[in-house]
Order: sequence, then C-alpha cells, then structure tokens
Amino acid sequence: MENETKLKHFESLIDADSNIEPRDWMPEDYRKHLVRQISQHAHSEVIGMQPEGNWISRAPSLRAKKILLAKIQDEGGHGLYLYSAAETLGISRDELIEQLHSGKAKYSSIFNYPALTWADIGAIGWLVDGAAIVNQVSLQRTSYGPYARAMVRICKEESFHQRQGYEIMAHMMQGTPEQQEMAQDAMNRWWWPALMMFGPHDTNSPHSGNAIKWKIKRASNDILRQKFIDKTVQQAELIGLTVPDKDLKWNEETKHYEHGEINWEEFQSVINGNGPCNKQRMENHIKAHHEGEWVRKAATAYALKQNQSVKQ
Amino acid sequence: MRLQQNEVLFLYTLRLADDALILGHRLGEWCSKAPILEEDLALTNIALDMIGRAEAILRYAAEVEGKGHTEDDLAYKRPERKFYNHLLVEQENGDFAHTIARQLFISTFEYHLYTALLKSSDENIAGIAAKAIKEIKYHKKHASDWCIRLGDGTEESKERMQTALNDLWMYTGELFEMDDINEWLHEGGIAADLRKLEGPWKTDIVDVLAQAKLTVPSSGYMQTGSRKGIHTEKLGYILAEMQYLQRAYPTAKW
Ligand SMILES: [Fe+2]
Ligand SMILES: [Fe+2]
Ligand SMILES: [Fe+2]
Repeated sequence: MENETKLKHFESLIDADSNIEPRDWMPEDYRKHLVRQISQHAHSEVIGMQPEGNWISRAPSLRAKKILLAKIQDEGGHGLYLYSAAETLGISRDELIEQLHSGKAKYSSIFNYPALTWADIGAIGWLVDGAAIVNQVSLQRTSYGPYARAMVRICKEESFHQRQGYEIMAHMMQGTPEQQEMAQDAMNRWWWPALMMFGPHDTNSPHSGNAIKWKIKRASNDILRQKFIDKTVQQAELIGLTVPDKDLKWNEETKHYEHGEINWEEFQSVINGNGPCNKQRMENHIKAHHEGEWVRKAATAYALKQNQSVKQ
Repeated sequence: MRLQQNEVLFLYTLRLADDALILGHRLGEWCSKAPILEEDLALTNIALDMIGRAEAILRYAAEVEGKGHTEDDLAYKRPERKFYNHLLVEQENGDFAHTIARQLFISTFEYHLYTALLKSSDENIAGIAAKAIKEIKYHKKHASDWCIRLGDGTEESKERMQTALNDLWMYTGELFEMDDINEWLHEGGIAADLRKLEGPWKTDIVDVLAQAKLTVPSSGYMQTGSRKGIHTEKLGYILAEMQYLQRAYPTAKW
C-alpha cells in the first residue's frame, strides 16, 4: 500500500472509533506521541511510589500500613502494565528508563512535592489519585488498543486509591485539633498542584491538536480539570475542609464551580526541574537502578547458563 | 515467679507476631529501592503478608492478655525490651543479597515452624498457621530461587551472596532455642518443639546452597537474647520510626 492509502485506512479506523493495534500501520507522529505519553504515564506511576513509600514505616496503624503497602503495589503494577503497552510500540523498558534518567522523558510534576505529614498520604490518595482518575477514565477510550486496555485495568484499582485517601482525611477531620490542622494543611499544600496535574489551559496547550484529532486524548485539559473540581469541592465540604481558593464560587447558570487563577509560573518552574523534590526523586531512582545492576546481571547470567544446559 | 497460663501464651504469641511485624517493617524499606520493579513489588508484597500476619496474631495476643488492648496498642505502644522478635529479622536490609539471605533463613524456619503449628491444640494459632503457611511457601521459594540465581550468577553476585550468608549465620542459632515458655507450651500441645526443627531446617538450607554452588557457613559464635527481649541496637531505631505518630499524639485515633 502507498503511504497515502495507509494513512486513509488509519484515519478511517480513528473516525470509526476502532482501536489501533500494534500490527496496524500508524503515522510516525502518532507512534511518537504515544511513546511520549505512555512512558510519561508509566514513569509517573513508578516515581509516585516514592512520596507515599516514604510513609510505609511510619503508618500509624497496622490497617493503615496494609492499605498503604497495597496501594503502592498497585501503582507499581500500573507502571508495569504501561511499560508493556509502550513496548508494543517498539521501544524497550531499558530504553524508557534510560530516557527517564537522561531527562528526555518526564513524569508528572505532582510527585515533585514532598509528603510531609501523615495527612499528606490522605491528600495524595484523595486529590492526586482523584485527579488522575478523571484523566484515566477518559483515556479508557483512547485510540491505541494496548493503552486503552491498560487504562481499563488501572481504573478498576484507582477508585480504591481515592477512597482510602478520602477516608484518611475524613477520619482526621473527626479527630483531635492537631489532626484537623494537619489535614487542612495538607489540603492547602496539595490542592493547587492537583489542579495543575491537568496541564495548561486549553488555549495554551502545546500537544493537544493532533492528540485530539487522533483520539489519543479524549477530553481537553480544562474540561477534565472542571470535572475534578466539581466532584472534589463537595467532598471537601462534607468533611469540613476548606478549599484554599478565595475566588472559588458556584455558578448557578453553568452548574460548575469557578476557580481562581492557577500559578502557572510555579507549574513551569517545577516542570523545568525546580520543584522541591525533583532532584531527590531522580537521584533515588538512578541510585536504586545502579545499585541493582549486579543483581540484574546475575539474573541474566544465570538464565543464560540454564538455557545452555537445556540445549546441551 | 511462676507465670500464669495466659501470660505464658501471651508472651509466645508476641514472639510469633513480632517476627512478622519487624520483618514486615524491614521489607517495606525496599519500596522504590529494589533492583527491578518486579522485585520492588515482590518484596513489598511479602511485607504486606507479614503485616497482615502480625495484625492477626497481635489481635489474638491482646485477647489472651485480657487487658483491653488492641493489636495497634501492642504494636505501637510496647517498649523495646518487650519485643520478642528474633535478632535475625531486625538486621538491616543491606544489599539485595543480605535481604535474600535473611529471608531464606527465616522463611525456611517459618516453613517448619508453621507446619508444626498447624497441629497446635490452640485453635487460634492453628487457624493463623493455616493461612500463613500458604504465604510462607511462596516466601521460601522466592528466597531460595534468588539465592540460587545469585550464587550461580556472576563472580560478583556469588561473592555477595556468600558474604551475606556468612554475616547473618550468627543469628540463626537462637531460632531453635527452647526456654521455659517453649517447654511449657510444647507440653500442652500448643507450641512446636524447636529442637526438632533444626535438622529439617539445616537440610533445606544445605540443599539450596548446594544448588547455588555456595558454602554452608561454619558454625561459630551464635548471638541470642530475643527470648528475653535483649536485642541488637537496630531495633530501637525501627521502633522509633514505626511508633512515632502513636507516641507523638497519644490521644489521637488514626
Ligand atoms: Fe496508578
Ligand atoms: Fe497514582
Ligand atoms: Fe493510584
């Protein structure tokens, strides 16, 4: 087939809302966009284990410790599904990790904020996973088959993540004054970064054009952000938390909340490496990867010996 | 001073629970630090099994104690000298080989211990053992497989694995130590006769190390103390971290 016929066929699949599968022909830009997006998503799951992992040893009850351990394992599992989805596009996990370490691949900036108190574990589950879910639910309909299927699996687990976070916050808000203060403080620090997770306003979004046309992205940043705000503000009120936005107000006509100005300077600066934990998160990942090199080599050497003895 | 029956049983359940709790703590420290993502998940998954087991046993311990404590009170408000985990499980993770050596020693021990406890005359202990044994079989296999892989992998991995085995060997002696509590409960059909576990344990270890082409460490000095709550200096740091929130906010519920 000529390239033009192939492109026509590809576009007709997209128009018909059919999934594109690894064996299908796809434009190089489509493939590149997906590798970038899926790998960023995978790295986010993995780097996101750090702020929460930091509290496993200090979780204040055995039940809380079990839930946190299970939650973090889910995130690592999401990382694995997504690395596999990316690999169907002809790139290896080693290469993806290499790109993460060189800075070529990114991960969600939200994980460059520190988890300072136990309430942050609540805020992360409730707000960060809560924001991620809104995005991931819409990505269940993304046009690339392996990515869409990974999203379906992931979404099944994510609602538990959001609930356990909200439960921690609700519990603390019914607790001592110190616990309430801790919960509100976490809310104050995580609210705005959570809104930034959806990316720039639609008028300013550099990657959206083709991504929408090719149905990689199924809803715009602002629409997704609005969904998140609408559901979350009510949840906050229910347990007595104040949303740290003096301009937040309900619009009776649109039936949506209007929010105040997001600090895009902070957003850009954290993306460009200048967040509170950027350096620490990357250093941890690189250090663990290097320290584990002898183990991976040993496993490879052992497997090779086993294969040879089978052949002989 | 002669201990009451329930006091004896209480101390025994703490020994079982504390091994799981402290090892769960150590394994949880691997989060985001393992050599590959799959192993990060495997180690924290074992940690989760351990915390689950600790919770179940401590719940029973609190019931036996009869002072209205919860499993969390026992985990978070007991001081260092009232912890009875084996010294082995509080040892630092070290490199991956040390973690595997520690896991191989303890999981092989637990395999034989909990197999015996399946027949405990105490229903609660037998019930806990029935659930635990399934998990322990996996833990034992995981550690054995890695020990063999590392022993028969590269020069470097072989050397690291051997060093780890040698370093931790001195903490394996006390696993089989019988004190009065063990004797009394063994007579009552509740606890296992640890002396009878040492042979099968050693056979398993020798077998794995043979497959791994590694050397069984020579028996020398064996450090003990945990039956009396005498630990290495490392336990204090674990508890400081683990118990911090409960101790900093004694009236708060989480
Ligand atoms: Fe996730
Ligand atoms: Fe997440
Ligand atoms: Fe999640």
